[in-house]
Amino acid sequence: MTVMDAPPTSAPDVRDLVVGRRRRRRHRLVVTIVLAAAVVAVFAGTLMVGESFYGPVDVIKVIFGQTVPGASFTVGDLRLPRASLGLLAGFAFGIAGVTFQTMLRNPLASPDVIGISSGASAAAVFGIVVLSLDGPAVSLLALVGALVTAMAIYLLSDRGGFAGTRLILIGIGVAAMLESVVSYVLSKAASWDLQTAMRWLTGSLNGADWASVVPVAIACAVLVPVLLSQQRGLGAMRLGDDLATGLGVRVPRTRVLALLAAVALLAIATAGAGPIAFVAFMSGPIAVRLVGPGASPLLPAGLVGSLLVMLSDLVGQFALDGRYPVGVITGVLGAPYLIFLLTRMNRSGSSL
Amino acid sequence: MTESHTLAAQSLTLAYGERIIVDGLDLVVPPGRITAIIGANGCGKSTLLRALARILVPRSGQVVLDGKALHARPAKEIARTLGLLPQSPTAPEGIVVADLVGRGRHPHQKLLSRWSERDYEKVAEALAATGITDLADRSVDELSGGQRQRVWIAMALAQETDVLLLDEPTTFLDVAHQIEVLDLLADLNRDRGTTIVMVLHDMNLAARYADHMFALRDGHLIAGGRPSEVVTDELIRTVFRLESTVIADPVSGAPLVLPRGRHHSPEPEHERGSGPGSKHQLEHRIEQVAELELSYSGGRDEH
Repeated sequence: MTVMDAPPTSAPDVRDLVVGRRRRRRHRLVVTIVLAAAVVAVFAGTLMVGESFYGPVDVIKVIFGQTVPGASFTVGDLRLPRASLGLLAGFAFGIAGVTFQTMLRNPLASPDVIGISSGASAAAVFGIVVLSLDGPAVSLLALVGALVTAMAIYLLSDRGGFAGTRLILIGIGVAAMLESVVSYVLSKAASWDLQTAMRWLTGSLNGADWASVVPVAIACAVLVPVLLSQQRGLGAMRLGDDLATGLGVRVPRTRVLALLAAVALLAIATAGAGPIAFVAFMSGPIAVRLVGPGASPLLPAGLVGSLLVMLSDLVGQFALDGRYPVGVITGVLGAPYLIFLLTRMNRSGSSL
Repeated sequence: MTESHTLAAQSLTLAYGERIIVDGLDLVVPPGRITAIIGANGCGKSTLLRALARILVPRSGQVVLDGKALHARPAKEIARTLGLLPQSPTAPEGIVVADLVGRGRHPHQKLLSRWSERDYEKVAEALAATGITDLADRSVDELSGGQRQRVWIAMALAQETDVLLLDEPTTFLDVAHQIEVLDLLADLNRDRGTTIVMVLHDMNLAARYADHMFALRDGHLIAGGRPSEVVTDELIRTVFRLESTVIADPVSGAPLVLPRGRHHSPEPEHERGSGPGSKHQLEHRIEQVAELELSYSGGRDEH
């Protein structure tokens, strides 16, 4: 078994490798395309279905700016912003969540579990209720809140290293604290109404308008490419920071870039739709299960996030007696999964 | 043979926070050789290796590769020359062996580029060299400890570096797998001329496989040289604070450390007369065997 004995003409080996890798690649590609198609289909469905049904022709006309009696208002002003916000916020939550989970090598380390989403919503609620801000100012404040929270959690858990159970447990504590801040501010709000409260407690697409969609769209357009450009480095970091450095990844730079981009996406999406419960947390593991372990899960996780939010919103609006905000539905899905992971955490050190 | 690269530490001081681990250390890694770094727990040997692999930024001094400071060179460029196998790398859950080994190609690939012909060849070669071609499509989770370590070494091979740093590559392996891994590294060194630097706990295996050894104590370099020069009972006393007898390894002729401990002195037997079990006779016997072995194998391979 000497090294030079492996001749460059070890053709069968190479062919097997090519076959195996092609197969896995094709699988990933198919899954990603199916996910994307499903997102488009659900998006279209959301535009058509509701109290009144509008056919694809009407919907397309509205999207291209033509006036269709009835549909222009229902589809153009109500359903389109709502569906767009669901799609974009879901994508942002999914991709931001899986970035955290891969970088910290733990499915529990998603930003909505470790309190970063709570930081964003606490800041946003404070901005709206106490400072009477709106629009981009709220997004900005949410961003600052999320960054400060991320920094605080990082500093508090510094001794345990960057990854680690310590960071997750501290994050869960911080999340609980910030959620009580949200409740407190809401209880002091003069314009108390259930819609706003639900939005900031579990996340909701009710009352979505273009003003809340635009910041999320801009954030996705700018920050998703940043994250995708780091995915090779992030992939190497799944092997451990030391090995990634050995492979030529500039670990601190990749980490800072990816963290900033993920926190910003998450904060701005939270400012738009509220902290839609557990979407960031569930999307990554679902995507990994679907595309397989060797691939970068970023894009699929974003698509899964979009799907989760849009489907849950449909269920919340039409499938049950009464209407529920999207976060209630995703919360019902996510909580059992969280419990499952927590019980498993003690048994094995699991990584994504 | 690959071109030889020079790796050296120049008045290197390493610290974690306030705690200084390695203090003003100078060393030159002999190119094209196998070097082992030995020392007691906490002496700074792993820390030193981490600095040589640029994972740890020196407090002062520098690590120099081919005459240029490591931190002054692009990360990917270094990664094409200098490979690292850390002590406990993590494999993503469910990843397939071929894909994991393929990660070693990272420094040779550009953003978004697909695998080249050469990528496939090198991965196939690395799998063949480590004897895990049959495992290529298996999940890493299913493998035994020995197989997994071979996967990591295959990954380092796929990286195609002329210098390879390994932090205790034999930990958690049984003795057969330890020998297998070290033989593999020796093959790599002989056939490709790869410079190998490893931290090893087992003094005797280190002495047998290394061409050159560095002994560390409390962050200082105590000795450096050929195993026969470095491994002596005085040095073992200094480095490990352990009384021992060093004899010639009957298998390889390399120095073999026999720790004394408090319970196994042969002295009482010696007092009873120089029977076949006496210390002197035992040493003599071992020397005879060693000579036999040497003449049989034509001596130890030297570079």
